[in-house]
Amino acid sequence: MRRRILRVLPPALLALALIGTWEAYVDAGSVNPIVLPAPHAIAAAMWNNAGLLAANLELTAQEVGLGILLALLFGFALGVLIHLSPALRRAVYPLAVGSQAVPVALIGVLLVFWWGFGVLPKLFVIVLICFFPVVVTTVDGLASVDPDQLKLLRTLGASRWQALRLGELPAALPAALSGARIALAVGVIGAYIAETSTATSGPYAGLGHQIVADINGLQTPRAYAAAVVLFVFAIACFYTLALAERLLAPWAHTPRGENR
Amino acid sequence: MQTIQPEYREREAEQARGTLADGTESARADSAVLIAEATRAYTDRRGNRVQALDGLSLHAARGEVLAVVGPSGCGKTTLLELICGLQEPDSGRVACDPAVLMPQRDLLLPWLSALDNAALALRIAGDSRARARDGARALFAELGLAGFERARPHELSGGMRQRVAFLRTLLSGKPLLCLDEPFGALDAITRQEMHEWLTGALARAPRTVVLVTHDVEEAIVLADRVAILSPRPGRVVAELCVELPRTSAARERTGEAVTALRQRALRALGEGAGRTTSTRCREASANDNGTDSRDGAPNWGHPR
Repeated sequence: MRRRILRVLPPALLALALIGTWEAYVDAGSVNPIVLPAPHAIAAAMWNNAGLLAANLELTAQEVGLGILLALLFGFALGVLIHLSPALRRAVYPLAVGSQAVPVALIGVLLVFWWGFGVLPKLFVIVLICFFPVVVTTVDGLASVDPDQLKLLRTLGASRWQALRLGELPAALPAALSGARIALAVGVIGAYIAETSTATSGPYAGLGHQIVADINGLQTPRAYAAAVVLFVFAIACFYTLALAERLLAPWAHTPRGENR
Repeated sequence: MQTIQPEYREREAEQARGTLADGTESARADSAVLIAEATRAYTDRRGNRVQALDGLSLHAARGEVLAVVGPSGCGKTTLLELICGLQEPDSGRVACDPAVLMPQRDLLLPWLSALDNAALALRIAGDSRARARDGARALFAELGLAGFERARPHELSGGMRQRVAFLRTLLSGKPLLCLDEPFGALDAITRQEMHEWLTGALARAPRTVVLVTHDVEEAIVLADRVAILSPRPGRVVAELCVELPRTSAARERTGEAVTALRQRALRALGEGAGRTTSTRCREASANDNGTDSRDGAPNWGHPR
């Protein structure tokens, strides 16, 4: 119990200190509350708009969840293919790097023209933003497998596919999962970019869209409230994946030595 | 000398096994390893050309334990990779039974349990996970590993990991085992235990073994014959026959026989740099050196 308190204490104190400083800064009149609302105003906006925020979060969470999943599948598969084929590596890698420089606003209209006002254009944008770290870490993870390990598998009679399945893929999994964590952290801002650069039909358009609308409507406390929801959502996603990582690749977390 | 083409090499291997389709008895029908004048060079990281082996000839009879001793960096690992077919010689002939490599480090897969690591070859051969485990379980217990089936490699001691790695090698079913300094990383007591255990395992399931080591004593304690390599580029400078039964009593480390052989081996190693002419074993010695473990040694064909 005491250890648990000691674990929670530092992040809680840091958060309180930051919020306290923020509150004091705004209350002292250093800044117009329309530019930077005080924490208590944001909390009030959250309370008063809980229904709206929940509905928008639901939409954004769907986009992020599906988008990240697709990005992970696509990134991992592309990483494996790049690893297996040097020709593909030369052909695809520069394009993958270049894809990270494409301004989403540029293609937003095209995506809506192709796929309409639904969730599909958003998913495309999130995948575009998130797949890259997964590809890079997967390729590096696969390439870092001990060559002696592969020689051993070969003399045991393993085919190329078996060497991949029994040796390389499990060895690359921890690295690929690190890539997944980066993708997840970027995924939430990816959803914001997706929502603000492609139009949506329907009563709710997601938290990102709401933030932009509220800033334009000078409803800054509500925009900040939505940002806080996104903030907490990103942290929750990250730790959920970290938990999954421990279940999927426990060997990557086994401490060296005896202190278990 | 010419570079060996794969098909040619296959034919050589068949010839060495004496199983050529037309029934021709090859001169070395009992050879598990037949290397003639093999040369191999590689380019190191700095781009320098390194001559690993230069005209190396080596032969091992089926069921024989052949130790290869040499100074560090004499191309021993290259030699084993030639035997296992992981490399092709630049020139010369290499014809070997299907071989499995046990590398210097145990290279157990950290995400598999000890039993699954031992059963790796069975899974590669196409067995289901459950069948592979059943196939490995009996030997697993025989090696004193019972109770550690589900342990992860990092939870095992060095000696146990080495035993699991050896079991994995053994269960590949290949007639030729290539052991690359398998006990080099172990402490002296564990190493001695492993020697006794290896001798026992080979008595129960005879195989041809090529054991690379830098430890002369280990070579004499375990092998029927010891080939001594020169510094790089490696070639065989001397061969010693250990004409002692494969028992720990006959091969007492401090015994007269072992001590005498050790001195001869060390002298040959010392002279290796000067490239003395080789003092070859008699060809027949493999059959009359008093080891009863070879009697009734199975005629290893191709596993299929």
